[in-house]
Amino acid sequence: MLRESWINAVLLAALVAVPLWALAAGEPFVITLATKVAIFALAGVGLNLALGLGGLISFGHAAFFGLGGYVAGILAWHEANAMPVTTLPFTIEGTNEMLAIWPVAMLVAGLAAALIGALSLRTSGVYFIMVTLAFAQMLYYFAISWPAYGGEDGLSFYVRNTFPGANTFDPIQFFAICLVLLAGALALSWAIRRSRFGLALMGARQNAQRVVSLGIRPFGIRLTAFVISGMITGLAGALYADLNRFVSPQMLSWHMSGEIMIFVILGGVGRLYGPIAGAGLFILLEHLLGGVSEYWQALLGLLLLVVVLFARGGLIGVLSKEARDG
Amino acid sequence: MSVMLLIEQVLNGLQYGVMLFLMAAGLTLVFGVMGLINLAHGSLYMVGAFACAGVAAATGSFWLGLAASLAAAAAAGALVEVAVIRRLYDRDHLDQVLATFALILVFSEGTRWLFGSFPLYLSVPEVLSGAVTLPGGIEYSLYRLAIIVAGFAVAAGLFWLIGRTRLGVRIRAGESDREMIAALGVDIRKLYTVVFALGAALAGLAGALVGTIQSVQVGMGEPVLILAFVVIVIGGIGSIKGALVGALLVGMTDTLGKVLLPVAFGTVMDASDATAIGSALASMLIYILMAGVLIYRPQGLFGEAH
Repeated sequence: MLRESWINAVLLAALVAVPLWALAAGEPFVITLATKVAIFALAGVGLNLALGLGGLISFGHAAFFGLGGYVAGILAWHEANAMPVTTLPFTIEGTNEMLAIWPVAMLVAGLAAALIGALSLRTSGVYFIMVTLAFAQMLYYFAISWPAYGGEDGLSFYVRNTFPGANTFDPIQFFAICLVLLAGALALSWAIRRSRFGLALMGARQNAQRVVSLGIRPFGIRLTAFVISGMITGLAGALYADLNRFVSPQMLSWHMSGEIMIFVILGGVGRLYGPIAGAGLFILLEHLLGGVSEYWQALLGLLLLVVVLFARGGLIGVLSKEARDG
Repeated sequence: MSVMLLIEQVLNGLQYGVMLFLMAAGLTLVFGVMGLINLAHGSLYMVGAFACAGVAAATGSFWLGLAASLAAAAAAGALVEVAVIRRLYDRDHLDQVLATFALILVFSEGTRWLFGSFPLYLSVPEVLSGAVTLPGGIEYSLYRLAIIVAGFAVAAGLFWLIGRTRLGVRIRAGESDREMIAALGVDIRKLYTVVFALGAALAGLAGALVGTIQSVQVGMGEPVLILAFVVIVIGGIGSIKGALVGALLVGMTDTLGKVLLPVAFGTVMDASDATAIGSALASMLIYILMAGVLIYRPQGLFGEAH
């Protein structure tokens, strides 16, 4: 059958070619869809580090996705209203520079991941799933009941944030920004797989006792992976907020956590390009099934069931008929 | 704040906790016996509520509706177990999470297709409407009081079932060694279906009882499901006793936090800020409780170390 590297090349080529075709054909909506795929894939690449490499089944990655989104939204909102975010202990101004927003989004998501991870990693197995879910729900309810930034209604900011030298309102230019970030994250996870850190992480998934006997404590390794994973997903959240120019508690909800998980699993757990395949397939299905029936999510559910029960290894697994690496 | 109001809130907390127990008991039983994490448990709660609302609307009898909720949720549970869940016992947790998440999508959209997006309403049966005066002159809703009594009765029945009956012996044996009891001639597949249907019926009952207080709508099961997870993480997965203690703890903490925190903050800041901060913090309180329990005992209050 097909080699995985060939499938990867085709996936990446498709992600670049489809928007270019749409640009030529004058279909800006398709570019927006492709941008959504790139952003969701980025979130999936983040989760894949924890889930695929580390075997940490986090059902709470919406927390980081939403936090990244809220950072982008809150900073942009303060900039638009010319109000500093805080004046105590020192003044922090709002901003609409993506280059300033991204590090803050990643920092906030990373801090949250460190805190949630440190607590959740005390547990394992099914507890870990439930605990990560519960912490994400905690942030969700906080966002709903905290009225300062829109509460349940969410927060709109009418102008997309800026990037030096680019017009972010042009769909294709914004897509290019997202694509470059996705490529960066892919390169990072490729490098992590080949690093000593990545090997230890995968070793801890396969057999924690052996890793311990080699003198490595899995806790630190897993926590580091969880934090990096949260940061990447947080960056994706900031981009998603910019795509919609809107953030709402929906980004923090457990449906979002489930969807990020679906991107990873539809594509193939632990595969480098899995999230691209998964996010692409998800958006495609949403679009196609959405046209068939108002109740497309039921069809999605049935399809998902079939994938879990009969097509283990996801899309890339089915196409390549290869066992996953790592 | 008056003592009367406080006692009323304690009763509300008790009622909430009892509801959570009905949900958590099935979840923890299914996990304990079959090792399965079932996200679709909230859907069974929803099925129960819709069955009760539908039958009550058609026949005019709440009690028929209640019976229908038990029957419908148990039937839905048994059906799902035979069709899907059975294939998941040997899989890892990731597959279980994903497959049951998919089941939620199917259940939610299926219910929306059948009943539409508008919420249904269930009215309290005649016998239980109105208020009672408790000792001390406290007026309290008779229906809520009935829920508390019914919840504790179900809890007692469950402890009896697990601890004192032949089925209970098999369930406990299934928890500790499934190969062994299969070798002893117990039909383990049938046992699993029965346990799953039992958990589903409890969830359906909870849905029907709560449906009378809140509205019956698609997605109603999900917030309760996540709270039930918090409950069993606090109580220890697989432990019915833990589920009861955890449920009461969570019910009390949530209800009292929502009432007391804004008041407490009100003593140090102005009223509108106090309400905002107090209620935002109150919504996080049970998760903070869970984090506290995890630091103190990662396996939960009544869980066995793993």
